[in-house]
Formats: sequence, C-alpha cells, structure tokens
Amino acid sequence: MSEREEPRVGVYVCHCGTNIAGVVDVEEVAKAAQALPGVVVAKHTMYACSEATQREIINDVQQEKLNRVVVAACSPKMHEPTFRAALERAGLNKYLFEMANIREQDSWVHKDGHKATEKAKDLVRMAVARARLLRAYEERELPVGERVLVVGGGIAGIQAALDLADSGYKVFLVEKEPFIGGHMAQLDKTFPTLDCSTCILAPKMAEVARHKNITLLTNAEVTEVTGFVGNFKVKVRQKARFVTSECTACNECVPVCPVAVPDEFNMGLGLRKAIYKSLPQAVPAEYAIDIENCLNKPNLLVCEKCLEACSPKAIDFEQPREKELELAVDTVIIAIGADPYDPSKGQDYGYGKYENVITTIDFERIIAPTGPTNGKLLRPSDLGKPQRIAFIQCVGSRIANPELVGNPYCSGICCMVSIKQALLIREKLPEAEITIYYIDIRAKGKGFEEMYRRARLAGIRFIKGLPAEVLENDDGSLTLVGENILLGELYEHRHDLVILSVGLEARKESEKVQKLLGVARSSDGFFAEKHPKLEPVDTATTGIFLAGAAESPKDIRESSTQAKAAASRAARLMKEGKIRIEALTAEVREEMCVACGICESVCPFNAIHVDGTSKVTEAACQGCGVCAASCPVGAITMHNFTDEQILAQVEAALAERPEEKAIVFTCNWCSYAGADMAGTSRLEYDPSVRLIRLMCSGRLNPKFVLRAFELGAAGVLVTGCHPGECHYQSGNYRALSRFQLLQGLLRSLGIAEERFGLEWVSAAEGERFSQVVNAFADRLRRLRAAPEEQEMVEVH
Amino acid sequence: MLELSSKELQRAVEELSGQKVFACYQCGKCSASCPFAAEMDLTPRQVLEYIMDGRVEVLNSNTIWICASCFSCMARCPNGIDISKVMEALRQLLLRSGRDQLDLLKIPEADLKEIPQIAFIAGARKLIG
Ligand SMILES: Cc1cc2nc3c(=O)[nH]c(=O)nc-3n(C[C@H](O)[C@H](O)[C@H](O)COP(=O)(O)OP(=O)(O)OC[C@H]3O[C@@H](n4cnc5c(N)ncnc54)[C@H](O)[C@@H]3O)c2cc1C
Ligand code: SF4
Ligand code: SF4
Ligand code: SF4
Ligand code: SF4
Repeated sequence: MSEREEPRVGVYVCHCGTNIAGVVDVEEVAKAAQALPGVVVAKHTMYACSEATQREIINDVQQEKLNRVVVAACSPKMHEPTFRAALERAGLNKYLFEMANIREQDSWVHKDGHKATEKAKDLVRMAVARARLLRAYEERELPVGERVLVVGGGIAGIQAALDLADSGYKVFLVEKEPFIGGHMAQLDKTFPTLDCSTCILAPKMAEVARHKNITLLTNAEVTEVTGFVGNFKVKVRQKARFVTSECTACNECVPVCPVAVPDEFNMGLGLRKAIYKSLPQAVPAEYAIDIENCLNKPNLLVCEKCLEACSPKAIDFEQPREKELELAVDTVIIAIGADPYDPSKGQDYGYGKYENVITTIDFERIIAPTGPTNGKLLRPSDLGKPQRIAFIQCVGSRIANPELVGNPYCSGICCMVSIKQALLIREKLPEAEITIYYIDIRAKGKGFEEMYRRARLAGIRFIKGLPAEVLENDDGSLTLVGENILLGELYEHRHDLVILSVGLEARKESEKVQKLLGVARSSDGFFAEKHPKLEPVDTATTGIFLAGAAESPKDIRESSTQAKAAASRAARLMKEGKIRIEALTAEVREEMCVACGICESVCPFNAIHVDGTSKVTEAACQGCGVCAASCPVGAITMHNFTDEQILAQVEAALAERPEEKAIVFTCNWCSYAGADMAGTSRLEYDPSVRLIRLMCSGRLNPKFVLRAFELGAAGVLVTGCHPGECHYQSGNYRALSRFQLLQGLLRSLGIAEERFGLEWVSAAEGERFSQVVNAFADRLRRLRAAPEEQEMVEVH
Repeated sequence: MLELSSKELQRAVEELSGQKVFACYQCGKCSASCPFAAEMDLTPRQVLEYIMDGRVEVLNSNTIWICASCFSCMARCPNGIDISKVMEALRQLLLRSGRDQLDLLKIPEADLKEIPQIAFIAGARKLIG
C-alpha cells in the first residue's frame, strides 16, 4: 500500500457474547463508526475472534479494498496477534491494524449503559483516527550466531555452559576467581539427599576444563559490553595466574612458600599460602599465585622459592600482570550467583565479636573434610568439641523494617541448610544437643519435608521463637535469651556453639554487572526477569538471560533448572540463526537533526548515537520512545507510535464535550495492563477517562499534554510503572522529570495544577488503577464545582 | 516424688508409649480434637512440647488424668503419633513410682451418685494401667 493511498477503514464491533453487548449498545457504536471519515465498512459481530468473523474481515479487505482494520473488542493484549495474523492472511501488513478496547476498559468497568456506549463510540473514534495514520512496516531480521558468554562459573554457569557446549555452541565462561565452582565448591554435603557436594560438582568442573567448545577464562572480569543480540562486543580483563599449564599439581611449591594469609575459600578460618589451590579437585587444576600477597613485586623478584621447588617449571613470573581480551558473542547468560548475608554488617548476635558465633557458610568449611579442621567439628575459641549447638534462623532475612540491616525477603534455602547441618552434626556427635530456633520452617521442595521430619525424629530440637540476643560467658559458651512461643515462656539457654543461618543476598558486584549489560534489577537487588511467571529466565533485553542465584536466592537444584532453561532459551535464539525485531523502533529524520546529543544521553539501551547526525542502531533499540519525547526539534519518529498518531487519538477523544473528559496516558507494560486487570476484576471506575497507550511513560511528549489542554480536556493523567520497575529501565524517571517541568509550564499558562497528574500503577494493581482514576476524576469534578477554590484542593 | 532428668523423661516416654514424640511439629490438631482440652492445664500439644523441651513438670499436669483415652487426637495427628499412648506413658511413670491419683474410697458419697459409671471404670483403668 502506498503512503498516499486514501485510508479505507473497516470497523468490527464485537458483542463478546453478552460481555460487551450486555452493557454497550454495539449496534449504535457500529452505526456511529460508519459515519467516521475513512470508514468503508462498519459491522457488529457476535465474536470478532471467531474464525468466521476473521474470514469475513479477510473477505472485506479483499472485496472492499480495505487498507486499515479496526476491531472494537477486548484488550489488544488478548487478541491483537490473532487479528494481525488475519490481516497477513488477507495480504495486508500487520501494522495496519488497531484495536479499541471496549471490554476491559468499558463494558467490564462501567454499569451505566448510556455512558458506556458513549465511551465506546469515543474509543472507536480514537482507534479510527489512529488507524487512518497507521503505516506498514517490515520487521527486520538480524543474524544471530552461535557464541555465548556465560558470566560466573558457579553451578549455574557451569550447567548452562555445558548444555550449550554439548549442543555445539561456542561458550566463553568468565569467572572472576582463579577457580570455578562458586559456593557449591565450599559445601560439604548437600540437602536434601546429603550427597557430597564436591563428588557431584568435581566431574562437572572437569568437563568444563576439558570441553572443546568451552573457553574457560578464570581470574577474569567483564569490563565492557556494547552491541546487541547477535552482535555483542565484550571486553574481558584477565589477571595473570603465574602458573602455566605445565603444572602437574604436585604441591611441591606450597610448603616452601613463606607467605600465609587468611584463606577466603575457608571463610578466613584457616590460612593459605600465596601459591595455592582452593580444593584438591579445583578447576583449573593448575595452582594460582595470589600476586597481591606474594613477596614478588613487578620487576623485583625477592622470593623464588616456589620457582625453585617446581620441577616441571610451571611457574612464570614473566607473565604480564593483566591482559585484555575482546570477545564477540551472540547471547549472554548472567550467572554471578549471590553472597551469603554477612551478619557483621548489622552486628547480629555478636557475630565478629564472639568467636563461637559463626555462620552456616563458615560451618560448611568447618565440617568439610577439605576445610581447615579436616572435617573435625571443633569450636573456634578453644578447638573443643561442642556439645550444645544452636542454629538461629532468618539471620538477615525477613527484615521488613528499613531501619534495620537485612533483607525483607525469605531466602528460602537457610531452613534446609540448618536442617542439613544439624543432621550432619548428629552423625558426628550423636550425643550433642542440637537446637534450631526458628520463626517458621520453610521446607518447600522435593524431599524437603521428609528431611525436616528426619531431623525431628533424630531428636533435633526445634524451638519457635528467635533469641533477642546472644551473651558470651567466661568459658566462651553463649547464652541465648528469647521466648518459646509455643509455651508462652521465656528461655535462657546455654550453647557451646551458635550457628547463624544466613540468607543469600545480591552480589556486591551486581550493580556493576547490571550497568555493563544494561539489564534491570528488582528492588531486592537481584537481576530482574522479563516476566516473573512466564519469562523467568529472560531479561527485558533480547539475548541476555539469567541463571541461578543471580536472579533470586536458590538451591542447587533450582539453580541447575534455571541454568538449563537459560541455556535452552539462548540456544533457541542461536539455532534459529536470526531474530525478528518488532518494528517499534526509532527513526531519525536526519535533515532535521541538530546533533545536540540529547537522545544519546537519554537512551537506556545505548541505541542511538550522534555521528554527524543522530543514528539509531535498530537492533539495539527497544522502542521506548524516550528519545523521541526528548528531541527538542522533533526529529525522531517512533514507528507505529508517531506523534501524529497519538495527537490524532487525543483530538478524537476530545471531539465532543472535552470539558467532561480526562485523557489517561498509560505505558504498555504496567499501567495499561493494570487497567486490563481492573477490567478482568470488574472494578468499576469513573467513565469519563479515555486511555491512550504509549509503549513507555517516557514516550510522553509534552505536546500531547498541551494539545489536550488546548482542546479543553478536563484533565490529563500520566501513568507508568512504579519507580525501579520500568520495562525500559528508566523511562518512568524521564516521565517524572518531564511531569515536573510541565507542571510549571501549565501553571504559567493559568491551567490549574490539579488538572494534571502522575501515578504509578503496576500490571497487577487493578484495584489501584481504579482508585487512582476515581480519585483523579473526583478531583476534576470538585475543581469544576468550585473553580475559585482550586488552590485548596488536596491531591488524594 | 519421681526424680528424672530431661533425657530420662524423654526416653521413658518414648519407650513406654512406643511413640516418636519428636515427630510432633506442633500443629495443634490434637488439642483441637480433644473433647476435654478446655479442662486441661496443658493442652495435648503443650504436653508434647513439654516433653520435647525436657520438662519433668509435665508429670504434675492435670491433663494426663483428664485424658479420657478417647483417641480423637491420635485419629487426627498428621504425624501418626498416638497421643493417648503418650498420656498413658506419663501416667505409668507416676503410677509405677507409687503415686496414686485417685483413691476410690475417698470420693464423697454425693459425688458417687452423680459420677457416671464409665468414669469410675476409666479411673480404675488409669490406676492399674
Ligand atoms: C551455607 C550454605 C549452604 C548451602 N547448602 C546447600 C545445599 O545443601 N543444597 C543446595 O541445594 N543448595 C545449598 N546452598 C545453595 C547453593 O550454594 C546455591 O544454590 C548455589 O551456589 C548457586 O549457584 P550459582 O552458580 O547461582 O551461584 P554461586 O555459587 O554464587 O556462583 C557464582 C559464581 O560467579 C562468580 N562471579 C561473581 N561475580 C562475578 C563477576 N562479576 N564476573 C565473573 N564471575 C563472577 C563467583 O565467583 C562464583 O564462582 C547453600 C548455600 C549456602 C550459603
Ligand atoms: S614467590 Fe610468591 S608464591 Fe612463590 S613461594 Fe615466594 S611468596 Fe610464595
Ligand atoms: S528459609 Fe527459613 S531461615 Fe531462611 S529466611 Fe526463610 S524462613 Fe528464615
Ligand atoms: S526508542 Fe528508546 S531504545 Fe530506541 S533509541 Fe530511542 S531511547 Fe533508545
Ligand atoms: S496432632 Fe500430632 S503433630 Fe499435631 S500437635 Fe498434636 S501430637 Fe503434635
């Protein structure tokens, strides 16, 4: 269809059984549609989505030469793909379709048939106005190759790397430590089966080292990422190991090294040398020199003891201290794991002060045969055998009070960690008294409740009620003071060793990694998935996936499951060899661009750059429209959401009795979906509002608002995702700052401030949506009733 | 009075009752099912918590004598604990130490007329075990 062709629009108004027709007079709506400019066909139909109606539409397109189609029915989130497919069957470009949502936004939320019908007519008028200006777009295909970057070599990164490498993809596994394995390498035995952690992990690690499709980069960190799916350019900085692959792991170097430093792998509970290995089974198998602590300094070899001792001549102090590598990859998996909560931050229970107060992760090293005590259960203060051992649950977890140190969520794994460790103690010290102080025991998982029961039957005491504090006695024992909730009595119990069951929290490096990759994190600090239920391993950025505890606290099984899912999601993209990009991208009209660079500075995806004039990297552009709304000369057009289309909707909405109507701009992801939610929950709200969907609240160009007020709208309400939840990372913050600027401008134009509002509504908050709309409509009504009291009206 | 350590109490109860007291996760269904719970100073659930806590005072509770061995608790316990057997074990511990709870001869005449026969039988059964 050529650009200049006159629009010939077909309108189909759906009854949806009685869902719509029970409230809205659909016949009248169709009749009104018939009179709209450009409309050639206007019909009402029982079920627009039925195959019969779809065929009718296809037939009309062909017979009546329709070049635009509008369906007034349910939410586009429901059936837009259905009708777009029908258009394609009719030989029409799928972007020439528009839906008017007269169910979720109308018949389900209004009872007054007359008002609902009037609103439906407006919604159809808006849709037709927009449809007349729609343009055809071809979706672009981008090539996607077969190389993947996995960041983090814990069990999640390992599992994802192996699955992909086995399927023939080329994997770069980047691990910041000199050895892979993550926390799993530190564990003794694992719940719920009590199999030895190293026994199941070591073969996987060895396979990683051996695999021809895996390039393992240890001591390495990603320092820069640019590009997009199919074309990521990654810079990696790798620190030298100073030990070459000649190393036979004979251990001759270790005894001669004069340096001894706290061993971080053993949680500082033991010492290690400057040349070392975390575990006998560590991967890579070569030893590593910790050059920070080695006596040698650049160009100054004061100690060569290991060099002399090493018979295979594997030690090489000539290695450059650091090298930078450049990788080209097609997809990325983030698997940087999580940190155990550090109780010294909040000085919980005297951790860091009393020697016999330790954490569960410390305890893993104490009880592991490879640990500092060779697996002997000794308490730190006097290396005596503890007889009375206590676990305290939820340390650093489930803290909703923002004044306190800790995280609001349940870490999910720590109940099972304590139960496991209690059973391991029971095996070693059958006579020991073991008590677990808890709030609730959360043993959700295959075999978990059974293990909990086993612990109870093994005589492990579970006391409901966390101690308020731990006091140290002269003999190093500790007194716990608290309430036994089930008896309603206070306790004061003495223990020889107290183990704090710490949760998992987002890695300290998370923020850095987030910025490098331009993905989002949720308010708890963990990486945010694209959809919490339906897209749990994707990020909002195509081609970047999440695996393991980086996304939320997880046990090994869940980490593996997610890693394997992430691998298959990445493989699905790479196997296809190409990806179709929705045509919702930005386009710069270069002749208008003044090269101010504002677009470049606001784009959350690094997708637009000034190079002479501004240019969009289409593959990276996610279509938020933040740039278009920011461009001072209006040089940027958003495909399928052009300024003209949006203004046409504003004008159509306000064509009749504008003083009674409020325009509500929503973002596609949160507030539009929140409005749909209000619909599906049948939450009534004021019928005076007319919604206009943008992809992001950051797309809001001030001229949309000014036009609405110019036409006499009662009010304009902007809605978007809650701060921190923007689908495009930061678009809603742009909306907020624009809102504040506009407020000032409106004031100077003499428009009452209360007529312009901004609210955050999530996709789940149907109730909030209806409340927000009602409050806004009330505010406008009060303003109309008493315009002279304007200044007095309180918001909310 | 009976001299017992916490451990001895726990062992004795498990041995005499044959029940795994430590399987109890304190759901409270036994108390909820017991027709006499309102009359007891410790509910059946609390009796289990006392034993797990190693509290010998549990033997002073009136609960073990009020328990009618109706088995309602046992029928509902999700962990398959026969609580009435636990009660019996606690009674046995006391009875075997020579402590009487019920002296039939000391029951006032007026009460004798009121009390249903089955109560005497239950009382006597508790006396002899
Ligand atoms: C005390 C304790 C006991 C546990 N016991 C059990 C148990 O018995 N059973 C069970 O199922 N689970 C248990 N868990 C949970 C288990 O440890 C986790 O499920 C598992 O470690 C998660 O694996 P991961 O690969 O996601 O993360 P991690 O194990 O945290 O691994 C992440 C890896 O990424 C690396 N990394 C981090 N940042 C970067 C970066 N910027 N660049 C490159 N690399 C980076 C890290 O060095 C690390 O090697 C326990 C956890 C704790 C704390
Ligand atoms: S050179 Fe460094 S690593 Fe080698 S023995 Fe000396 S201090 Fe240890
Ligand atoms: S898993 Fe258990 S210990 Fe950990 S935070 Fe949740 S309830 Fe507390
Ligand atoms: S539309 Fe959004 S993602 Fe695309 S170039 Fe503009 S600001 Fe960047
Ligand atoms: S019903 Fe069973 S598990 Fe529940 S409180 Fe009673 S004894 Fe314990």
